Amino acid sequence: MKRDNSPALEVAHLTKRYGEVLAVDDISFRVNKGELFGFLGPNGAGKTTTINMLTGLARLDTGTIRIGGIECTHNPKAAQHLIGVVPDESNLYPELTGFQNLCFCAALYGMRKNERQNRARDLLNTFGLADASNRKFDGYSRGMKRKLTFAAGIIHQPPILFLDEPTTGIDVASARQVRQIIADLHRKGTTIFLTTHYIEEAERLCERIAFIVNGRIVRSDRTTDLLQPVRGKHVLLLSVSGAGENMADEMASGFPQYQFQSSAPNQVRVESTETVNVGPLVRFLEERKIQVTEARRHIPSLEDVFVQITGIGSDFMQKEKEKAGGGGNQ
Amino acid sequence: MKRWIAFWNILTKDMRAYYLKPPNISWGIIFPLAWTGMFFIRTGSGLESVLALLPGVMTISILFGTTSMLSVTITFERRSRSFDRLLLAPISLELLMLAKTSGAILFGIVNAFVPIIIAAFLADLSGIVWSLVVPAILLIGVVSTFLGLFIAVSVSEVFEAQTFSNFFRFPMIFLCGLFFPIMSLPIFIRPLSYILPVTYGVDILHGAVNGEHIMSFSLDFIILGAFCIVLFLLSLRNINRKWIV
Repeated sequence: MKRDNSPALEVAHLTKRYGEVLAVDDISFRVNKGELFGFLGPNGAGKTTTINMLTGLARLDTGTIRIGGIECTHNPKAAQHLIGVVPDESNLYPELTGFQNLCFCAALYGMRKNERQNRARDLLNTFGLADASNRKFDGYSRGMKRKLTFAAGIIHQPPILFLDEPTTGIDVASARQVRQIIADLHRKGTTIFLTTHYIEEAERLCERIAFIVNGRIVRSDRTTDLLQPVRGKHVLLLSVSGAGENMADEMASGFPQYQFQSSAPNQVRVESTETVNVGPLVRFLEERKIQVTEARRHIPSLEDVFVQITGIGSDFMQKEKEKAGGGGNQ
Repeated sequence: MKRWIAFWNILTKDMRAYYLKPPNISWGIIFPLAWTGMFFIRTGSGLESVLALLPGVMTISILFGTTSMLSVTITFERRSRSFDRLLLAPISLELLMLAKTSGAILFGIVNAFVPIIIAAFLADLSGIVWSLVVPAILLIGVVSTFLGLFIAVSVSEVFEAQTFSNFFRFPMIFLCGLFFPIMSLPIFIRPLSYILPVTYGVDILHGAVNGEHIMSFSLDFIILGAFCIVLFLLSLRNINRKWIV
């Protein structure tokens, strides 16, 4: 599909403060029509606050917002017909069935009865929820709830879609299905603004990514350009026991062709532009009474770039993933 | 047209999900029956006082029906974040809140007719001026609903909404002339009666049912209408200030 490079979303100097907390700090970005733009950052970075301001659920302190060419800084209602929102929490009506929920959401956008019923049936099939269409939302599993909430967000076929952590806390199969649907929507030309703290998800899906930390965008670029510095690098992770504090320095003096870094307690990261030979490294350590318990090849990814740019350690991101649970990474 | 599809579906969804549930239907029937019975027993009066009680029972049925339902449903939807879904819809906040409140208004109006139907079996209703009763019921329904809305958007928890609405509702039973004439209240309390909207609705109903009223009907209607507008605008302002932060 030929891409129209006109902007679907333009944000300039957006700032939001909650009391003493500066939730979003002077951020600016642009998302082109048909683009899948990722907004990546840890929990509390300001991702949801940004989405809330863009969609009209929160008031901005300063800045400007244009959606689909419509100036909606002070009148978010002006562009709400163009957008769909999948929030980070399922927020449909527990007392309505899946089918009724979708029909109701379609009616909010003025769709006629036949149109909304057909669309609801289509989406229930697409998301694999047809068998549960007459079951109350309250009785859905967490994964089913997330999928129906996603379906409700796209019921009116919006040209611009905001996805707030769409795969957080759901099972592996559902997460995979949701990612497939995101990719399909993107292929069909929907502009997608995706917030996530799953780095692999952003890397897999997004064309451009902005890293947001503490309310500020620290880097925004094409995914391929972000990955460029780590592409072609060979990384080996050595798990050891009995190592001293200056092990990385000692190894660097023995193997000047490699770069060494203590990436975690009892772990050494070995980086090189050429293949890393494991044998000499293991022997070097064993001679110094340091036992190597594991040697693992690591393929550099966006996570490495994220850690490098933001300074946020990979162990912190791992904790974030564990906290969120579910199948976001699979 | 699209906006009215949204309006109609919000209204019907609320009716189905909240108002037409068996507990609410039984509440609408039992509540006026209980109040009427209580007054008969307490005053020792007979069926001849049905007409005297009717305006008060009608008003209390509307007031409790609308405020209790609306304050709970709005607060509940706000807590569960399903209200955000409505705020994201491309309809104005005014139309959205009118849709959300229309169900409660209809529920209140239906509640008001329960005591009328019961009274029809017990007393002669031929002297009632229906052309006054019907708009008065409508306006009492609207003003009570908007009072419930005002309460709902002022709190964040369902129990707070219930507590806060009782703070308004129970004094109104005694202060608004539902069962005791305002003129029988101590003179220093009477100003309170006149700052409560229900007073004006009850005055119309007393006039239409028994021919006794203390203000002109047109003044009653104007003041009731003004209360409706002010409460609605205050509620919208609170939603804008407190919910879209």
